[in-house]
Amino acid sequence: MGWIIASGLGNFVHDALDPQVQVDSIGLGAVFALMAVGIGLVFGVMRLVNFAYGQLIMAGAFALAFASERGWPVGVGIALCFVVVLALSLAMERAVFRPLRGQSAAVMLIATFAVSFLLQSIALLWFGPLGKTATSLVDLNRPISIAGTEVRKITIVAIVTAAICLVLLVLLLNRTSIGLHMRATALDASTARLLGVRANMVSVVSVVIAGALAALVAVLFTVQYPTVTPTYALQETILVLAGVVVGGMSRLVSATLGGFLIGYVSGLLGGALPSSQSQYLPSFLFGLVILVLLVRPDGLFTRGRGLVERV
Amino acid sequence: MRARHAFVEFAAPAALVVGTALLGTVVSQTTEIYFVTALISVSTVVALYVFVGNSGVLSFGHIAFFAVGVWAAGVLSVPVAEKPATMPYLFDFLSSTTVGNVPSLVVAALAGGVFAVLVGLPLMRLSGLAAGIATFAVLGITNNLLRYYEKIGPGLNTFSSVPETTGLLQAAVGAVIVIAAAFVYQRSRLGRQLRAAREDPAAARAVGVSIYRQRLWAFGLSGLLIGFAGGLYIHFIPINVDAVYLDLTFVTLAMLVIGGTTSLWGAVVGALFVSALDSLLAEMEAGMTLFGWNIDIPDGSRIVVVSSIMALVLILRPSGLTGGREFSLPRIGRRAEA
Repeated sequence: MGWIIASGLGNFVHDALDPQVQVDSIGLGAVFALMAVGIGLVFGVMRLVNFAYGQLIMAGAFALAFASERGWPVGVGIALCFVVVLALSLAMERAVFRPLRGQSAAVMLIATFAVSFLLQSIALLWFGPLGKTATSLVDLNRPISIAGTEVRKITIVAIVTAAICLVLLVLLLNRTSIGLHMRATALDASTARLLGVRANMVSVVSVVIAGALAALVAVLFTVQYPTVTPTYALQETILVLAGVVVGGMSRLVSATLGGFLIGYVSGLLGGALPSSQSQYLPSFLFGLVILVLLVRPDGLFTRGRGLVERV
Repeated sequence: MRARHAFVEFAAPAALVVGTALLGTVVSQTTEIYFVTALISVSTVVALYVFVGNSGVLSFGHIAFFAVGVWAAGVLSVPVAEKPATMPYLFDFLSSTTVGNVPSLVVAALAGGVFAVLVGLPLMRLSGLAAGIATFAVLGITNNLLRYYEKIGPGLNTFSSVPETTGLLQAAVGAVIVIAAAFVYQRSRLGRQLRAAREDPAAARAVGVSIYRQRLWAFGLSGLLIGFAGGLYIHFIPINVDAVYLDLTFVTLAMLVIGGTTSLWGAVVGALFVSALDSLLAEMEAGMTLFGWNIDIPDGSRIVVVSSIMALVLILRPSGLTGGREFSLPRIGRRAEA
């Protein structure tokens, strides 16, 4: 890495500070933050790392493509996307998450790994390796000019949507009784149950919220990447999982920040790396992830010691 | 009595491997391929077991060491004259050297082992989710580099002209060697210390076990064995970088988990069980006749069935088909004693 720093740091910083790159990176970070909330919320309540989260997004994207290929109105497509993703989330909760409650984190992680491959291979059987195209919202890709910077509408939509969702979630967690139950479960599941928190209720609600976020992310992603294949959103999910752990799984805020950060850094590197090195972008990102984990294994944004676990 | 009991832990999986190989000799040429694949899977899964089973720490990174073994053996085995066709940008010392079958397997094992130790030196300090994600990151980096760095291999091209020396004999001998190494390790002082740390880290520390050092030993040995398995694999079929990424990671973990993570017997049973199932489904995808029924399932059904079974096993029997126990002979007369 030394030679890259020596030869191109000046250019890199210049490109990275470019307003265009900054806006795009923040947009990507916002979408990744939404995914991080979906993964972090379920982890908090069930101590389960949902590797299959990306396949929920993939399923939603296929629903959108399905609707757009039949020429259905945008609203119907988005509704279908939410219905498919929420139904799948609930099925997953009932069939896999709930029976695994109380198992070790490793068993649960491998189980969701299996679910992820299952959904991916079903999509492959159903839609083939080339996938389908979702085109109903591509208008949002048009740029508008703000203070001399070309900003695509979807970037603004993504940032605003993420901000609204996060505010709503904070209100839900802090101002409602189900939110209180969820926070109590995240803190200490067995004590919460002793005090009358219904475990099934809490896990269903967290899965539904996570599913709704996945559907939203599917809508946002299909605007920018309209070709939907069985491995759709897989790479992004792996990055968000890494980001969530880098941020710190013990609190939802730190997990969300971690998700935002990895999206933002990924956008910066993508925008500012010279093209000869951009193919090594995943190596740079994963290298950073390893470095941060070695220095702060409990997470960048956590205070004190985080969760002690063995996976 | 105790020595005999211990020997069974090696003899039973080894016998299963030899039995599979013998069965492979009587079937047709096309069916034989399934048996060789199954035997290589045994090597791969047992190598993964050496670390995951004994330490109880999950690793998503082992296929990176497998891939390094594939690259080492593959690049070195292609005849010098054939190298420019698929690998035009190789370093000089790689493009001008070709080694024989057995040396290439040794190099593959060493490459996997050295890489694992280098990765393990910093990473084995981590545990929990951080370790899982960090090993995943190693897999991601390795795959990314092998995919685009064409001075050390074919990049996106498929390996071609690697001598196909891995047949039933080599695959079976290889599997028995890997099983023997895993057996010797888990009965050794080092293996027992690591298993003690798996069961109760605090108690193990209290009696002076360095968990970091024990994990590093196992990680290195495991990388060595899986690199060797990678060497066997590239001498069997020509593959490219996509064949040594997420899918293989998933299938290998699935085999280990389905068999039972914490025993050598489980690793071997899981590898052979899933391979058998996979082969049967592959035949069905191609269309086969069974007891007068014509069975033809759509392409790609294989992974649907394998992943469903994996999820089912995890939900119904989290400790795997063997319950994570070693093979043992029924003790005659035990009931009378009780």
